[in-house]
Amino acid sequence: MSEDTSLGWRIFKVVNYIVLGAMALLAVIPLFHFFAVSLSDRAATMGGLVTFFPIRPTLASYELVMQAPNFFKSLVVSLERVVLGTILSMAVTILTAYPLSKTRKVFRGRNLLMWLLLIGFFTDWGLIPWWLTIKNLGLMYTIWALIIPPAMMPYNIIIMMNFFRDIPSELEDAARIDGASHWRRLLSIYMPLSMPAIATLTLFTIVFHWNSWFDGMVLTKDISQQPLQTFLRGVVIGADLAGLGLAPETAQFVNYSERSIRAASVFLAIVPVLLLYPLVQRYFVAGARLGSVKG
Amino acid sequence: MASRLASAVPRQGGRAKKDRSTSYLARSWPLYVMALPGLVLLILFSYVPAYGILLAFQRFNPGLGVSGSEWVGLDNFKYLLELPEFWRIVSNTFIIAISKTVMLQIAAVLFALMLNEVRSRFFQSTVQTMTYLPHFMSWVILGGLMIDMLATTGLVNRFLGIFGFEDIYFLGSNDTFRPVLVVTYLWQEVGWSAIIYLAALTAIDPVLYEAAAIDGASRFGQIQHIILPGIRTTVLLVAVLGLGNLVDAGFDQVLNLYNPVVYQTGDILDTWIFRSGLMSAQFSLATAVGLIRSVVRLILVAAGFWLANKYTDYRVF
Repeated sequence: MSEDTSLGWRIFKVVNYIVLGAMALLAVIPLFHFFAVSLSDRAATMGGLVTFFPIRPTLASYELVMQAPNFFKSLVVSLERVVLGTILSMAVTILTAYPLSKTRKVFRGRNLLMWLLLIGFFTDWGLIPWWLTIKNLGLMYTIWALIIPPAMMPYNIIIMMNFFRDIPSELEDAARIDGASHWRRLLSIYMPLSMPAIATLTLFTIVFHWNSWFDGMVLTKDISQQPLQTFLRGVVIGADLAGLGLAPETAQFVNYSERSIRAASVFLAIVPVLLLYPLVQRYFVAGARLGSVKG
Repeated sequence: MASRLASAVPRQGGRAKKDRSTSYLARSWPLYVMALPGLVLLILFSYVPAYGILLAFQRFNPGLGVSGSEWVGLDNFKYLLELPEFWRIVSNTFIIAISKTVMLQIAAVLFALMLNEVRSRFFQSTVQTMTYLPHFMSWVILGGLMIDMLATTGLVNRFLGIFGFEDIYFLGSNDTFRPVLVVTYLWQEVGWSAIIYLAALTAIDPVLYEAAAIDGASRFGQIQHIILPGIRTTVLLVAVLGLGNLVDAGFDQVLNLYNPVVYQTGDILDTWIFRSGLMSAQFSLATAVGLIRSVVRLILVAAGFWLANKYTDYRVF
């Protein structure tokens, strides 16, 4: 491609690089600032002195949050829901997508199920009916309330189904002639060939469960059942440090900065995302394209 | 990968001849067993909740249940229509949702166009990696971040102070709350939303650029005559398929940023439903508002798909 060398275009290019660079910095600056706050001492954070570098660095806030019993309880709930929720959701996704990827002749009722799925996807009965249904099913106040209701993800099923459909049918035909059942075909042909899609959807589901906080707020009994993000909401948004559940002798907040305690809690909650993010970013982008470009 | 999927069309027929020695069910029962868990979950959580809308026509008493509660016809709706607060949350929702949707699409298209002009792969992917990051954080995290940054002692006010501005209480003033919602939403989503436009931009045939260059078109000319027409369909699709979002002003974001002082400009349908329904146990009123919201949303979504079908070759599946 030949490049435009006019003065106007060259000026545009310089401005373009500067604006894009500034936008990229702007996207991460709040995190850097908050990280610096989480590591600074009380006087520095309360005096509004911290910008991008910690002042008189200390791990005190992190130590305090990690001692908090409620922090660990909620971390366990979060891990539980991430593991169980992701396994259940991916199983349902793959198992539902496979029959849907067949033709009406092979899977009679395929179009009916597809319409049920799409209509379900686009109707939303509202918060109260959702809440009442979960209550009436007896899931309320159990970990299953956070795992079972969101397990069927129509969007993921449609992406998975499209991926299965793209696998050349000759492969399946050969297996079928050899007498392989649908189970075997799914396990030995379709799933191994769909690993990129499965990996992407698994990551999406993990992030979904890790980040969910509202269900943890209205479907749990008390703080001991809340996942990390819900617990964090009490501390960070509700500004209620009592939620940490620290023993009175430890909770001498005069020695700490409430700002840096909040910042430290936030950082402990996003460390997994920050660590995984650079490694898995391309999968997320691939996933966003899978969902959006079709059509 | 994307282009492979884009070409995915239902394969009608094409399978080898049926094995006539076994019946349909003997061969195909696993498909039904596989679909069963999904079907059960779908019915339980997408269809069963439908009975809940009955609450909107009752004076619901949780102790008596749906069958025992008193029926009041359209009373809840009549009451709502006369409630000034109702019209406030309706207009707040539309104003916030429309501003966010329109601004985001404009910003995302511009961002994609700008990134598309960057020749350095490294710079491009670095900018992308950094701008996608906020998309993966919950609004609890982002809310905590914003509350700290936007406080009167926060980083933003300290920065503005350098230029002699008075402290602004961004989250505690009805003048600034909506702009804060829009700006923080753009901050979170602009990079991620640009992905679809970047994909459309890479799909433009390079031959077109060559031809334009030979004809002496400047890069600005190419943008005007090749690039913009090239992404028009995508822009249109995103706009019409996003119509349903016009009743969705962003529950997660608002609930984590607002406070009673800014209810005047910031309270939206979803936050009101949450407060009146689950905090104050006014189940019937909250369900009625939810029902209105759902019906409007469904009409908008249907209109979006109809438009997409009519003006582009988009198909849901």
